[in-house]
Amino acid sequence: MGQDSDIKLLVDGKRLDGRSQFDLRNIRIEAGILHDADGSAFVEWGKNKVICGIYGPRECIPRHEASPYKALVKCRYSMAPFSSLEEHSRSGPSRRSVELSKVIREVFENLIITESFPRTQINIFVDVLQSDGGTRTTCITAAAVALANAGIPMRDMASAVAVGKADDILIADLAKEEDNFGQCDMPVAFSYRKKDILLLQMDGLLTREEIETLLNEAEKASDKVYAKQFDALKKVYESPEENFKM
Amino acid sequence: MSEEFKEIIMSHLRKDVLSNSLKKGERFDQRKFDEFRSIEIQKSVIKNAEGSAFVKLGNTQVLVGVKFDVVTPYSDRPNEGTMVTNAELLPLASSTFEPGPPDENSVELARVVDRGIRSAECIDVKSLFIEEGKVLSVYIDLYVLDHSGNFIDASSIAAIAALTDTKVPKVEDGKIIRKEHKGKLDLKALPVTVTSIRVDDFWLVDPTIEEELAMDSRLTIATTGTHVAAVQKGKGSLTKKEFLDNLDIAFKRGNDIRKLL
Repeated sequence: MGQDSDIKLLVDGKRLDGRSQFDLRNIRIEAGILHDADGSAFVEWGKNKVICGIYGPRECIPRHEASPYKALVKCRYSMAPFSSLEEHSRSGPSRRSVELSKVIREVFENLIITESFPRTQINIFVDVLQSDGGTRTTCITAAAVALANAGIPMRDMASAVAVGKADDILIADLAKEEDNFGQCDMPVAFSYRKKDILLLQMDGLLTREEIETLLNEAEKASDKVYAKQFDALKKVYESPEENFKM
Repeated sequence: MSEEFKEIIMSHLRKDVLSNSLKKGERFDQRKFDEFRSIEIQKSVIKNAEGSAFVKLGNTQVLVGVKFDVVTPYSDRPNEGTMVTNAELLPLASSTFEPGPPDENSVELARVVDRGIRSAECIDVKSLFIEEGKVLSVYIDLYVLDHSGNFIDASSIAAIAALTDTKVPKVEDGKIIRKEHKGKLDLKALPVTVTSIRVDDFWLVDPTIEEELAMDSRLTIATTGTHVAAVQKGKGSLTKKEFLDNLDIAFKRGNDIRKLL
């Protein structure tokens, strides 16, 4: 964010990849692609590729963490060392991935009916295989599908998208350059039925009016994401044997 | 009854059922004893990596990414680039994989695949020299996404497939220019591992997870078209004859796999 650069992010109202202001990148979602996991999903969002596996409800380890009242939701977000264009990264959790694991977990703690599964844990594993800006929203979108695919009861569905501002124009679904060189990035996740905000982060400078516009656009965009999630989940039951292409 | 006790009984039962089936000459999935599951290879799936491949070996799924960095060479080999292989058994791949630092299984996986590639002198490390004190390093990351048995062979196939897909990045002023390439990575050989396990007296190539749970011995052999490049015995023991029989199979199945690359 805010790095100096000569890159023009907007030319004649078109963005670098030819999208207009509030267009989303292409989104492809596939559910049920892993065999051992209780639920799974793969999301290709622009150039992002993210895979998610769900285990649980299962025995809580370590046992002393278990709650007699509800299931614990645990999340691990991690990026593959080959996922970004820059140098080969070190494996192991970074401060960034620890934070992202936390905010993703906090999205689903609102949705999963954890009271039904006391003394257990539910693990959400999300791995970024290829990154291109907006990995956390891609991961939330994937995790929501994977949890539904695992048959874990949820109050609502989560759909996420990042909105922001680049070259003084408000935009939706920031690509990597727009994230790195733009003025503001605001990832948001909405629940589908209640329209609750489940994730909200922001950095950069925005006026109150701009935030309001962006939130409205994020809500509209999240409905489009929801439609893709819905189709993916439906497809698993209609044609479960379809071959998974990465 | 405690969980551990149940598991002990179950593992005996599982093994009995499998041995009875093998005595009749049948594997659970109707394969011949020396037959691989179906192999599907997709290359160039990760555009940000210099090379990548996604391999499905039956229901086992592995993704391999290859990246380059500029590093200082080892002092005893100042003109040679380096190669680093790392393996991750992702917790999403199996209910038995835990998050955390690499355990012995993922270290063994990385080292067996690494040894096959290194011993076969697959990569011409001299071609990775840039200038005095600077060489390119090749990072091969094995990502096991879905474990349904024999992740070693799936990873080895994916690693070689990813290397055949790898483009060497352009280097200017000792720095890598990402997205620009000076051509494909030249490979001198295509080492491929073939893993077999023994259940009672039967040797099974490319075991599924059910078969692995009942295994008495495990043997992995990496071959090129002409040579054996690496051998790793896992659990258990075997006779000399069994080893030689497995060598023949490793060459045959290795050649089959090389045709798919």
